This record gives sequence, structure tokens and C-alpha cells, in this order.
Amino acid sequence: MAIKFPIYMDYHATTPVDPRVLDEMLPYFTEKFGNAASRNHAFGWVAEEAVSIARERVAALLGAKNPKEIVFTSGATESNNLAIKGVAEFYKDKGNHIITTKIEHKAVLDTCKRLEKQGYEVTYLSVDEHGMVDPEDVRRAITDKTILVSVMLANNEIGTVQPIAEIGAITRERGVLLHTDAVQGIGKVPFDVETFNVDLCSVTAHKMYGPKGVGALYVRRSKPRVRITAQMDGGGHEFGNRSGTLNVPGIVGLGRAAEIMRLEGSAENERIKKQRDRLLQGLQERLDETKLNGHPTQRLPHNLNISFAYVEGEALMMAIKDVACSSGSACTSASLEPSYVLHAMGIGDDLAHSSLRFGLGRFTTDEEVEYVLELVTAKVKKLREMSPLYEMVKEGIDLNSVQWAAH
Amino acid sequence: MAYSEKVLDHYENPRNVGTLDKESEDVGTGLVGAPACGDVMRLQIKVGDDGLIEDAKFKTFGCGSAIASSSLATEWLKGKSVDEAETIKNSMIAEELNLPPVKIHCSVLAEDAIKSAVADYRAKQAARRAAAKG
Repeated sequence: MAIKFPIYMDYHATTPVDPRVLDEMLPYFTEKFGNAASRNHAFGWVAEEAVSIARERVAALLGAKNPKEIVFTSGATESNNLAIKGVAEFYKDKGNHIITTKIEHKAVLDTCKRLEKQGYEVTYLSVDEHGMVDPEDVRRAITDKTILVSVMLANNEIGTVQPIAEIGAITRERGVLLHTDAVQGIGKVPFDVETFNVDLCSVTAHKMYGPKGVGALYVRRSKPRVRITAQMDGGGHEFGNRSGTLNVPGIVGLGRAAEIMRLEGSAENERIKKQRDRLLQGLQERLDETKLNGHPTQRLPHNLNISFAYVEGEALMMAIKDVACSSGSACTSASLEPSYVLHAMGIGDDLAHSSLRFGLGRFTTDEEVEYVLELVTAKVKKLREMSPLYEMVKEGIDLNSVQWAAH
Repeated sequence: MAYSEKVLDHYENPRNVGTLDKESEDVGTGLVGAPACGDVMRLQIKVGDDGLIEDAKFKTFGCGSAIASSSLATEWLKGKSVDEAETIKNSMIAEELNLPPVKIHCSVLAEDAIKSAVADYRAKQAARRAAAKG
């Protein structure tokens, strides 16, 4: 099969809408355009019925017992904000302490920082060299003021899958609520809100072949009944948790995407994992001084985060411009800071600058994997020919012994 | 980020990549930057008996703009006297390559590399004169 350029290997950033998802959405833009809140005519009933089916499908993917535990939102950033601010505000008389990790998505970290300014206390747990949170650290951090623990299911940069079930056993035992940002992990790794004892869970459609601009927050209704304070005032939609006219086509898309993920996810993940492993092993065979970032086994099946020492990430991305991927290099970010996730894992700034993240997905072909493997190999070799660091290391110079002039 | 055509040209066809003998008396070597900052440039000049730079080589660990800045610097250095080399300013490099504001530091590094290579060459010459006198 001929390869189409550019090749997309950035499925952590977003995914294309699956044609089956789009087909199901389309009627809800035109002939089935009703407002799901219109209770007194057929247009509204049709929309409400579609939303109800989507709610059941999302609930099924998460393992939620009651579809009413699903609150539709505009995406995972809103879901994370609603979960954390909503719990913080509702339970403020119970306590003011929140526990999270240093490697959460900014939608969680910046929400926590805002709450700190309002007088809440936040503990940011460290991770090990694989980006893994120790559940015992969670246990030790819990105080009688702790109201919420928020740990992501899987990290978007390095793909490390967190021990949410173990953390859930601890939070349940201690009577503390557990929120997980499951955006990257849902459908990719085993997860179930019941067996994992998760109380709130954020997901978004566009990371699982659904449309952008729609997501959901799972809010547990029993054992325990979790309450959140709505962050938007208005018509009291979504059981009073999130006002705003429902994005019916988007919600239909999220529902269909969730159903496809539930039914086909395990076979799909097996296939993608083989492609990912082929890419990793191929690169390691062909190139010296590579480093896999993240956990060797407890990682998302479609994630490969790898550092090519002595080659700068942005220069490498420029060299493989037919391949869309991303880098932990400072030069690719607006802030000019290297990845805070790699930093939290204790990876030096030099290797952070040399990292690339490949995200494989539903439409990745074996031919694309082979092409990327050969292209990256050739370009890393070329850039190393141009790298003074690689030459120095080959001459036996210890780079740590050199007095570098930081600038 | 979109790169200028000139950056892309130097990046894809870098001029004067390589290594000169850093022990040689007529070679000046400048090594600037730091791995932790994401860019390291090594720039070398070889000065002929006529006092003109007859060869210049670079190796750079860094982004495309850093590679282009050092490639351009080696091009400009060839044929110049050592004094003239020191008149190359980062602003000239940034202008020639149309570097965006976030990439100005790449041109600054290239200017530093030139100065450092020239200083190394001058130090070697001074040492040689001192040895000849002694």
C-alpha cells in the first residue's frame, strides 16, 4: 500500500474522527437538530434519546453502573476543572487538602494552582524514574484535611500507566475521593470505575476517534454519592452539574467513539502495540545511545517516547518533517522550557532536549512504521555526524567533565 | 514553527561540517553553549600565512536555526582576516536567516563561537611568539 504523506504519529495530541462516528453524528446537525432540553415536542425527544444512548455507551466504557453518572462537558480540560474545583468547593467545610502528582496535565496542575491561591493546600507527589507514582506515597500524604486525590490513568508524554486500582483501594479505605484524568488511558489499558474505586473520571472524545469539543466527567452516584458544585450557572443541565445546551452531535460522536473503543479496543491495542514495539526495537538495533523514556512495560500500547542522545529534538523533527510527532525539547514549546514531565522523572535537560514522542493509532500502517524507522535512523545518524557532543563522546571525553557555559 | 527558506537551505545542505585539528597552531577552536540548554556549537578556523581565514568548520548540537547560524558563520568567515571575523555580529546572522525572536539566541551563540575561536587562535599565536622570544 502506498504511503500517504505526511505520516501522522501524534495520536496523543488528537485523533481523526472515525468515519463510523461521523456517519452517526451527521443527522444531528441537520434534520435531527432539536434541543435535548425541549421536553414538549418530537425534535427535543429525538435529541434527548440520542443523548441518552450516548450516556449509556460512555458509562459502559468506564464501567459505570448508572448512566446518570456521566456528565457531558466541552472536553477533558473542562471535566478536570469541574471535578477538582467542584469537589473543592462542595467539600470545603470538610477539608482543604488535595493530593496530585507533578506529571499531571496542565488542566489539572493549573486548576490546583488556582485553588492554592484561594487557600487550598495541594501536595504534588513525585514520580520515580519511570514516571510512576507510588501508592504508598499517596497513603502517606493523606491527612484529616484531605478531600481529593487526583492521579492520571496514563501520562500523555511518556505513556506510563499509573496504579490507579492500588491508589483507589487506599482512598476508599481512608474515605477520600479519587479523581482520574483518563483521557489517554481509556480504552487503551484495563480500567473500570467500580473495581478501581474511582469516584470521578475525565474523558474526551477527540483522543478516541471522536470529535473535538466534547468530553465527559464521571461523577459517582452511590457508595459514596459524590457531590460537586457546578462551575457554570444557567439552565441546570446535566443533573445540575453543568449548565449549557447540550452539544448533541458531539455527544452522539463521543458515544459512538466510546462504543467502538469498548468493542474493538483490545484487538486494536494488540495490533498497535506490535507496531510500537517494532519501531522501538528497530531503532534500538540500528542506533546506539537511545533511551526509552517512561515505564518499560506499564505503558500505553501506542506510546513511544525515546531520547536520541547528542541530537536535538527539534532539529530531528525538522529532518523528519514528513512525520508528525512531538518532542520534549524546549525549542518546540512556547515556554522554551524542556518537558516538566521528563524533568520530574529525573531525566537530564540534555536528554529531554533529545526526546521524541511517537503516538501510533487506529490508522497507522505497518508500511508507515517501517518508513519512519528507516527515516529516523538515517536522520539521527546524519545529525550525529554534525554533533560536536557525539564526536567528543566517541573520543572518550566525559561530557560531564566539561565546563559548559550555560546561556 | 515555520522556518525561513534560508534556514531550511542551510539545515538541509549544511556548509563546512567537520573537524580541524584543534592541536594545530594555525587553528582556533570555539566551543560554546551547553547540552542542558539544548545547543552546543563548535566552530573552528584555520588561518593561513597571509593572515586570512582559509578554512572554517563547524559541528552543532541544536535546533535547525542553531545549525543554520553556524553553517552561515563558517561561510562568511572564509577569506576574512581575523580582525574582520570579529566584526560579524549576531544581528547580521539573524537578519540574513530571518530568524524569529525566539531564535535570536541561536545567532548570539554563533557570534560567541566566532569570538571564542578567534580568541583561541590569538592565544596560540601569542604563546608561539612568547616561546620564540624565550
